[in-house]
Amino acid sequence: MIDAITSTFHDLIFDYTLRNVALGSALLGIVSGLLGSFALLRRQGLLGDTLSHAALPGICIAFLLTGSRTLLPLLIGAGIAGWIGTMLLLNTIRETKLSEDTMLGVVLSTFYGLGIVLLTYIQRNGDASQAGLDKFLFGQAAALVRSNVQTFALLGGAALLVILLFYKEFKLLSFDPDFAAAIGLPTRGLNVLLTSLLVVAVMIGLQTVGVVLMAAMVIGPGAAARQWTDRLSVMLALSALIGAAAGVTGAVLSVQDSALPTGPMIVLSLTAMVLVSIVLAPRHGLLPDRWRQWRHRRGLVPPPLPGETIPAEITAKGGRA
Amino acid sequence: MTRSTSAQPFRDASAAISVHHLTVAYREHPVLWDVHASIPTGTLTAIIGPNGAGKSTFLKAIMGLVPIAAGTVEIFGHTSPKQRRLVGYVPQRGSVDWTFPTNALDVVTMGTYGQLGWVRRPGKAERERAMHALEQVGMADFANRQISQLSGGQQQRVFLARALVQDQQLYVMDEPFAGVDAATEKSIVGILQHLRAAGKTVIVVHHDLESAPDYFDWLVLLNVRLIASGPFSETFTLENLQRAYGGTMSMLRPRSLGGTNGRLGEPHALETAGIVAVPTGSGGGGRS
Repeated sequence: MIDAITSTFHDLIFDYTLRNVALGSALLGIVSGLLGSFALLRRQGLLGDTLSHAALPGICIAFLLTGSRTLLPLLIGAGIAGWIGTMLLLNTIRETKLSEDTMLGVVLSTFYGLGIVLLTYIQRNGDASQAGLDKFLFGQAAALVRSNVQTFALLGGAALLVILLFYKEFKLLSFDPDFAAAIGLPTRGLNVLLTSLLVVAVMIGLQTVGVVLMAAMVIGPGAAARQWTDRLSVMLALSALIGAAAGVTGAVLSVQDSALPTGPMIVLSLTAMVLVSIVLAPRHGLLPDRWRQWRHRRGLVPPPLPGETIPAEITAKGGRA
Repeated sequence: MTRSTSAQPFRDASAAISVHHLTVAYREHPVLWDVHASIPTGTLTAIIGPNGAGKSTFLKAIMGLVPIAAGTVEIFGHTSPKQRRLVGYVPQRGSVDWTFPTNALDVVTMGTYGQLGWVRRPGKAERERAMHALEQVGMADFANRQISQLSGGQQQRVFLARALVQDQQLYVMDEPFAGVDAATEKSIVGILQHLRAAGKTVIVVHHDLESAPDYFDWLVLLNVRLIASGPFSETFTLENLQRAYGGTMSMLRPRSLGGTNGRLGEPHALETAGIVAVPTGSGGGGRS
């Protein structure tokens, strides 16, 4: 057991493949955890899902234009398409009477359908090496190389820097956009900026967990972190930590038995952390909550009215059942 | 056409707010129609009217939160959007998600963000100012309370404290009395009167016609169009209220009414009079 753990740590540092996979997945977890928390608080948890599905035709068009499978151009194509899909979504919600979930469904499936059509076209008309594009559906974390991780670090670092700079503005925008506008903040620009950062998270995620499972990476860490704290700064830090931990755990588990796919293992690790948080977190978890209810019900005393003290015989009895 | 009962001094530098021919529409549906009104500095002004009269929209148009279809808004004599930074704003309590992970002190500290400017974080000085504002509204003991665990009245006072910390000359408040108990309402009114005594201007959307005469000294009466605006005692008349709320409102407590024709009715008849948003043919919304 101890041998297995030490050898895992040894491999994390010295094994080229595992190190890259773990680092790349951890970076994804950090960036999507941070930006997912904001999306969650702005009640836009499913935005990441729309965005990642909308990115698929972008990958295909970028490939058709460049004819190469170099990662960065494909991710830029993905980013542009995802960004267009998201702006389409946010603007139609604002300008029409259609609800957010309706438009999420419409944009998501339209772009995804278009992506699948393009993907099939490319696969029918190209040589065997081009068929690799479908890996973006479910991710190909196991194929991450050092240059990929460097690309991720660059994108993630830029996103992190923007969040650090505009933390105060993003916080106010998420809590009370009207007040933010009233004190003169350009809320529309900030909205676009925050959404664009989510696009960056999705760009990193496409290679690692893929279009379909990206939603979990956006929602999961923030949902888990929210259970443990009532402070935004702590929630963001925890969320990044949980995302990173899920990334590394998934990477390690998938390498233990090479038959297991990395992306889904990351998402499953994350889901386990979300479940534990929902059930056990001290302040908001289900079990501690039940325990408090049970304990309090036994010790209930009538609340005093203003200027009234509770008669000693009632408190002495430990309350009424 | 606007039927205003008192002459309006426009282009007046002594006005905190003056709106000229303001029209706001959501799609083809006008919510405010050609409203022309001026609110002098140093007043405690009530915005009154039935549901759907455009009271909140009036405030949002002042704050630049809704697109204006026609007309202008002047704040202290200037139309520049930058003037809005001179206004302390209290939005409706229901406009935010109170499960947001933050505490009362942190929300009040947000009132300092405008003066802080970009990138700079609030520090000790800002938190002390926020704490002082919490003390002013009697909420110092709740500074570290998670905001979802505050009662409606406490949340309202946190919003008020956030505006106080902005330390402005003009305050605009959207239903600060909604859902608060009598004691809280009294303490909020005390704070508003304190602001007026300090020479500040306070504009409040208010619903309760019974209490309005006790609190306010200036009135803007709306029902999509401007019904009346001016000194409270001159404009809060039965005739004006009937035009704003519709003809069915025949009874009002005499004490509440100014003017000469307010001598009808019985005490406390207001609740039973069934005052609802029924725009009548002449006084209601629509194009003229």
